[in-house]
Amino acid sequence: MSALAKPSAPGLTDVDVERIRSEFPILKEQPHGKPLVFLDSAASSQKPIQVIDAMDDYYRRYHANIHRGVYHISELATEAYEEARETVARFIGARNVAECIYVRNATEGLNLLAYSWGRSNVKRGDVILLTEMEHHSNLVPWQVLAEQTGARLRFVPITDDGRLELRDLDRLLDGAKLFAFTAVSNTLGTINPVPQLAARARAAGALSVVDACQAVPRMPVDVREWDADFVAFSAHKMLGPTGVGILWGRKELLDAMPPFLTGGGMIGIVNYEHSTYADVPARFEAGTPAIAEAVGLGVAVRYLELVGMDRIHQYEQFLTDYALRQLSEIRNVKVYGPDIEHRSGVISMTVGDIHAHDLATILDRDGICVRAGHHCNQPLMEKLGVPATTRASFYLYNTVSEVDALITGIEKAKRIFKIA
Amino acid sequence: MTDPTFTGMDELYRDFILDHYRNPRNAGTIENADASFEDINPLCGDKIRMDLLIRDGVITDVKFKGRGCAISQASASLLTEDIKGKSLADIDKIGKEEVLANVGINISPARLKCAFLGLKVLKLALALATDADM
Repeated sequence: MSALAKPSAPGLTDVDVERIRSEFPILKEQPHGKPLVFLDSAASSQKPIQVIDAMDDYYRRYHANIHRGVYHISELATEAYEEARETVARFIGARNVAECIYVRNATEGLNLLAYSWGRSNVKRGDVILLTEMEHHSNLVPWQVLAEQTGARLRFVPITDDGRLELRDLDRLLDGAKLFAFTAVSNTLGTINPVPQLAARARAAGALSVVDACQAVPRMPVDVREWDADFVAFSAHKMLGPTGVGILWGRKELLDAMPPFLTGGGMIGIVNYEHSTYADVPARFEAGTPAIAEAVGLGVAVRYLELVGMDRIHQYEQFLTDYALRQLSEIRNVKVYGPDIEHRSGVISMTVGDIHAHDLATILDRDGICVRAGHHCNQPLMEKLGVPATTRASFYLYNTVSEVDALITGIEKAKRIFKIA
Repeated sequence: MTDPTFTGMDELYRDFILDHYRNPRNAGTIENADASFEDINPLCGDKIRMDLLIRDGVITDVKFKGRGCAISQASASLLTEDIKGKSLADIDKIGKEEVLANVGINISPARLKCAFLGLKVLKLALALATDADM
């Protein structure tokens, strides 16, 4: 192992991180008798006790269906559900609370767009522009839309160091109705210049759709500064529960969109032949929603706000930088993606000829959780020329010693596989 | 099968597993094979194709081609060694237990699919080949 001095952490101090860690019950678990080293927050983050308690409290004290009952606990539930929406709206700088639609996760938000906006606005011959680094969730819904409407897909290519190649962006945007891109790559960690991309899309007459799953948890996000048209993200990657996410959209665009799912809760007047629909956001929230999950999301956001997104981002950059430096000292480790200036919290790598799943299995026996595979990004893996990579991702509860544990684990795997 | 002197990961990735991973036996393809099948394990993208020559109900040759983790590739390689020269009736009897015995290691539930991919491909190749092909 290299003899790099332990740097002191900007963003969060050791004391901050120790306090944060004490609030995540799962971090006391010991898989295979070893302390849990959770380096897979880009897939799904762990939850602080405040989120777990808030959801528990909802079920114990005031569970009832929302927007229906006139009795006290239903009013409490409705209030908590709507308060959480206000909290999220404030957190991402939405002008209007009604612009935040609860969905099941970012995937559902993107599908909602592809069905509702896409099927009313995209015609044969139109162009949908994507990038080569999109997660399957921001690729497959647009493929289906293109197949069903006769629209064409185009892709912004990536450079060798895993950044977007924007030289031909204007040509690619020519004729585009929509430009869908990720704010931060889940595989390479690349931070994309969202305001610039959204502005270029608008100038070309295309709407912009931002997959913000990896951005909202780990850096300050202001949808007004981004000036995009739609933004989708999932609660479970930002300390919240699974089963809820947010689709933010410009009010005037959402107002003009037909429903996606239909049924209870999204209607105006219903008769046997025909119905009118509720205003946004209710129009897009058919059926009984994930109430406890919305409450949990609200508390997760308040937790992040309390720590401070600037500090969380700084601390993640610090951990990522430290890990990149350590990894660069190990022979036969190849790291994919850009340098620290353009990268956030995610490191994808290969180690010699060790398959990602073998590496992940070896690390697992030491309690270290990493993602191994194609990261829902098969075309990008093809492009990188590898069947799979091993991905470590960091969050506010990770520590320098956990990065060290990862490094030790990689060196152990190399010994087992007899790699120099 | 398990050598008690091995513990933990050294046991999972014993020398012969690494040897079969890096130098797979019966690697390649067979043109005009009597039975062929290819499948992937979508969890990890492991891929195995197997080609078989069959004469009078006996496997006379087998080749496999694949990519993926050490467990999937080594277990497929071991399986090809095992089945060459065996009758279809004998192969019918090969089950998951034999594969695990061949590999000789404890495999966590999440990785069992890797170990069994070769066996699955073999069984499907034979199931899909008609009697006329053989």
